[in-house]
Amino acid sequence: MTDVLDRPSRAVLRRPVLRLGPNWPIVTILVLISAPLVLMYVYLVVDSFTTSPAGAILPDGVTLQHWRFLTGPLSPNQPTIWTLTFNTFVFASVTALVVSAISLTAAYALSRLDMPARRMFLGGLIVLHAFPTVTLIVAVFLILQYFGLYDTLWGVILVKCAFELPFGVWIMKGFYDTVPWEIEMAGMADGASRARVWWELVLPQVNPGLAAILIFSFLSAWSEFVLPLVLAPGNAPQLLSTYLASLVSDVTRADFGLYKAVGLFYALPVIVVYLVFHKRLLNIYSGGTKG
Amino acid sequence: MRLSLQRFTKRFGETVVVDGLDLEVADGEMLALLGPSGCGKSTTLFAICGIHRVDGGRILFGDRDVTDLPAQERKVGIVFQNYALYPHMTVAQNIAFPLRVAQMPRAQMERKVEDIARLVHIGELLERRPAHLSGGQQQRVALARALVREPDILLLDEPLANLDAKLRMEMRAEIRRVQSETGTTAILVTHDQVEAMSMCDRIALMNGGRIVQLDAPAAMYERPVDLFVAGFLGNPPISFVKGAPNGGGVQLDNGQMIGAARLAQAGPVTLGIRPEHFGPQFGRGLSGEVTMRETHGREDLVAVRLQGGGQLRAILPAGNGVKPGDAVDWGVAADRILAFAADGRRL
Repeated sequence: MTDVLDRPSRAVLRRPVLRLGPNWPIVTILVLISAPLVLMYVYLVVDSFTTSPAGAILPDGVTLQHWRFLTGPLSPNQPTIWTLTFNTFVFASVTALVVSAISLTAAYALSRLDMPARRMFLGGLIVLHAFPTVTLIVAVFLILQYFGLYDTLWGVILVKCAFELPFGVWIMKGFYDTVPWEIEMAGMADGASRARVWWELVLPQVNPGLAAILIFSFLSAWSEFVLPLVLAPGNAPQLLSTYLASLVSDVTRADFGLYKAVGLFYALPVIVVYLVFHKRLLNIYSGGTKG
Repeated sequence: MRLSLQRFTKRFGETVVVDGLDLEVADGEMLALLGPSGCGKSTTLFAICGIHRVDGGRILFGDRDVTDLPAQERKVGIVFQNYALYPHMTVAQNIAFPLRVAQMPRAQMERKVEDIARLVHIGELLERRPAHLSGGQQQRVALARALVREPDILLLDEPLANLDAKLRMEMRAEIRRVQSETGTTAILVTHDQVEAMSMCDRIALMNGGRIVQLDAPAAMYERPVDLFVAGFLGNPPISFVKGAPNGGGVQLDNGQMIGAARLAQAGPVTLGIRPEHFGPQFGRGLSGEVTMRETHGREDLVAVRLQGGGQLRAILPAGNGVKPGDAVDWGVAADRILAFAADGRRL
């Protein structure tokens, strides 16, 4: 039965990508417009493995020189790429976990519990969701300094989580709202505690939302640049994003081959995560699955 | 198990939804809470279940006061209109959930699940997921899950509302059969009088947060306490005409007479005449014009506008030849007429 039901949807997903059909004029226009971007990505890959004379379009030699950052620090006072990658990974993972954990519980409360100031919370969420949070950076800077968290990775994590939460809570609330009340009532009549009902009966149904939030906040934190730049400038960069920026901060001595290699290295996990999880990410727009 | 509500009261904010309701349900009985939407029937059900907090009065299961107990400690089984099956679990896991919560040993649990699945005829569906079941099958699973831990009270909240007409008839009988076989005390909440009358031992007809009448279905149909009950029960519905006693009968406001000697002493009355008690088979006496005819297959429903005002409905056997526009002079079954005083109570 499962297979019978699943087959049509798989068939839809596996439809050949290149069959343009009657949409070909639109597709052509879109391809032309995005061609420069695609070309740049191609050059990102090509340039990181080749050398080319200044001003030339085509490379004149193959080299692994640009990837030398993998084997050791570029200069003695800088951390190795592996330290940076580890830091960035910790930063992104902790952010994803904290955001998911808080979204999961806060959204349940907002969706289900008759708590005081619920409407105010909901209103606040929408405002914060739309608010350009980066304008709060000065206030955040002062607060972090007050608590002694300025120029620490933990401080940046804290701020990043705070900025990601409105989005996460809002999305999760949408998923919780699709779970019928009766399921919880039935669970409680069956003798399960409220917590157990949440864990065993409700959570499995908002799983797609949880997965999407985890991935989204991980990716968002992985590519975060402004917060670590402003809130943890330090002497040496702590994250890949700020490290990458530091490579071209001195334009006169910038090594663009190196820059592109590091950039590619930095983008790889994002591409992998996206390739692996893109179906789950799309869930966020469909707001729930059918059992 | 015997269930009793004593002076049960429920408010939502300022609004009193149920006010001092008394109800006794005998052990093994199936009782319907019937009424229009907003009459407080679902509120009462949820209070019995433990989902709603009680604002006044007591709820007893047998001699156990459960008024302040949470739903988990009450031992009730509940079936919802949308079945509320757990979509990520198989049928067997759904049914076993209450037992797993109660930490029943595995072997015993499996045996109970199989027993109850056999009882509701879903033995071959145990490995399916709810999404792959039809409405009627989901209904059976919900029933099995509600009954598997042998609840003191079985609560059914509009269980048939999502089913199509044919399945509804089938499940009506099925639910009743399973309820009788397990001997579980059951409360059925519904706004469908046919469901209430066909499935239950007694009906509590509710309106505005009170029980208007509590009676066996036939008794309630034949002896409604007031206009509301008479008007609510019966499909096609009863018709009402106003009049006043005059000589040996009742003179209607439209000038026509109905012979009913027993009402001679009453004041102004409203007469309730059910469609099956008006027609040519009862002689003559009320003249009017046929305004509408609905074919129902076995029978026709005919509406007659009485001369001078007022309208009556009649059920006639199919093939009666009556058509809209016909002038008719039909009689009523005088001894079956219901008469109501000015305050609405039946005389």
